[in-house]
Amino acid sequence: MIRVWVAQHGVVFIQTLRRLVASPLTSLLSILIIGIAFSLPVGIYLFLENLQVLSGQAMVKPQMSLFLKQDAAQQDFENLRQRLATQEEVEQFVFVSKEQALLQLQQDAGLGDVLRSLKRNPLPDAFIIDVKDTRRTDTTERLKTVIQGWPEIEHVQFDFVWSKRLNAILNFGHVIVMMLFVLLSAGVVAVMFNTIRLQILTKRDEIELSRLIGATDGFIQRPFLYFGAMQGLAGGMVAWLVIALTLQISNTELEVLVELYALKLHLRHLAIGDSVSLLLFSTCLGWLGARLSVAIHLWRVQPN
Amino acid sequence: MKNRPMIQFRQVSKRFPDGYQALKNVDLQIEAGEMVYITGHSGAGKSTLLKLVAAIERPTSGIININGHNVAELKSTALPYLRRKIGFVFQDYKLLFDRNVYDNVLLPLQISGFDNTVIASRIHAALERVGLSQKEKAMPITLSGGERQRLCIARAVVHRPLILIADEPTGNLDMAYAHEIMTIFNTFHQAGVTVLIATHDAALLEAKQHRILALQYGKLAA
Repeated sequence: MIRVWVAQHGVVFIQTLRRLVASPLTSLLSILIIGIAFSLPVGIYLFLENLQVLSGQAMVKPQMSLFLKQDAAQQDFENLRQRLATQEEVEQFVFVSKEQALLQLQQDAGLGDVLRSLKRNPLPDAFIIDVKDTRRTDTTERLKTVIQGWPEIEHVQFDFVWSKRLNAILNFGHVIVMMLFVLLSAGVVAVMFNTIRLQILTKRDEIELSRLIGATDGFIQRPFLYFGAMQGLAGGMVAWLVIALTLQISNTELEVLVELYALKLHLRHLAIGDSVSLLLFSTCLGWLGARLSVAIHLWRVQPN
Repeated sequence: MKNRPMIQFRQVSKRFPDGYQALKNVDLQIEAGEMVYITGHSGAGKSTLLKLVAAIERPTSGIININGHNVAELKSTALPYLRRKIGFVFQDYKLLFDRNVYDNVLLPLQISGFDNTVIASRIHAALERVGLSQKEKAMPITLSGGERQRLCIARAVVHRPLILIADEPTGNLDMAYAHEIMTIFNTFHQAGVTVLIATHDAALLEAKQHRILALQYGKLAA
């Protein structure tokens, strides 16, 4: 039984491929529609993701900087280390000595000459803290107040508002992406719905005859469902390629721009997991459109 | 196999939604392996009777037993499996013109889920029996009327049904062809298939020794 079932599905799969190839222009057009419909929200989503990477973890996952008094000594560092370790909100922390900070500044900012001309190191020793949950303003504010009260601390800097704003903008972007995604997904379903409706009309004779000689509904539906799923899959692939092409072009242009600012930025395509999800999702949508169309149109084709 | 009822009608009536009464209180019994003609004027209910046997139509009242199953009690999901036990030679052939002769005969085997290993030999055998082995790759549009009829028969028998039903199989054919077609039906009858043929072709009826059921205005004539 299972072998027969598998064989039947194999036959339908091959037949569907043949049908797609038999009318290349029509197939190509609806595949393009699906592909472009998907590439828009997925493209924007990718742009936001890249933006998030670009803006740096420091902004999205803000860090608290603890600047120590200039006369802080080794014993103070140890005290602070122990106290920080007991704070719940602190996920982890690193110590950056004033020598390290100076070295980094010389390398990164290209201020070597200026800094070398200084008689002494103006930078303080510092701790950089990763805060556990930055969304909870009250706890982070509390932490800030506590730390500020410690005698070794000169200044606590916590760029929270900035990160909150960026987060809000990114969240808003994600909402827009989701809305686009839902709308365009509905569009894809509608396109497939109509495509299958036309196919059912042209295959009327075959459907009628099949019913008369003992075909089950499953047998009659199968080719249409396969057709929907495979067009959806192909549409997903087109979307992936459209995005890949866009990124390719953008990256070439971006390189020139970014070089002027001595930054490193390379827009990245979907990771493998996300790519697979995209293809799966487009396949499911194609199938869904076909399924709805079949449910509504197929029962109308009854032998008389 | 003989003397087992294959088809049984008890007080079967069929009224269409538009009010037309096609059959009235029909009682009949056809044994397994029997060959029966159904005659009657046009509109007498021949086609309706055949469609009831093939479970294409359902009776308004009465009981229909096909091969031991009460058709009225079958769920609509079970109907396809009953239809697979039946081969139907349609009056209008219902050939699919988008595929060749071979693929036309292939369809019932795909529907019934036949194993790939037997499909080709089944199709060859069916086409051989109706004399179309040379036309496997031909498209139906290129076939003559008689050839189309035979293709329809090949498609009806390729899955080896228990019952073979033909609606006016000689209606559109000249005498020589008609005789040929009837010979084909006889060979299936001899092979043990229950055969039901609706016809108003008097010449056919005179020559044969098979039972004749005459329908008149939806009733079986005594």
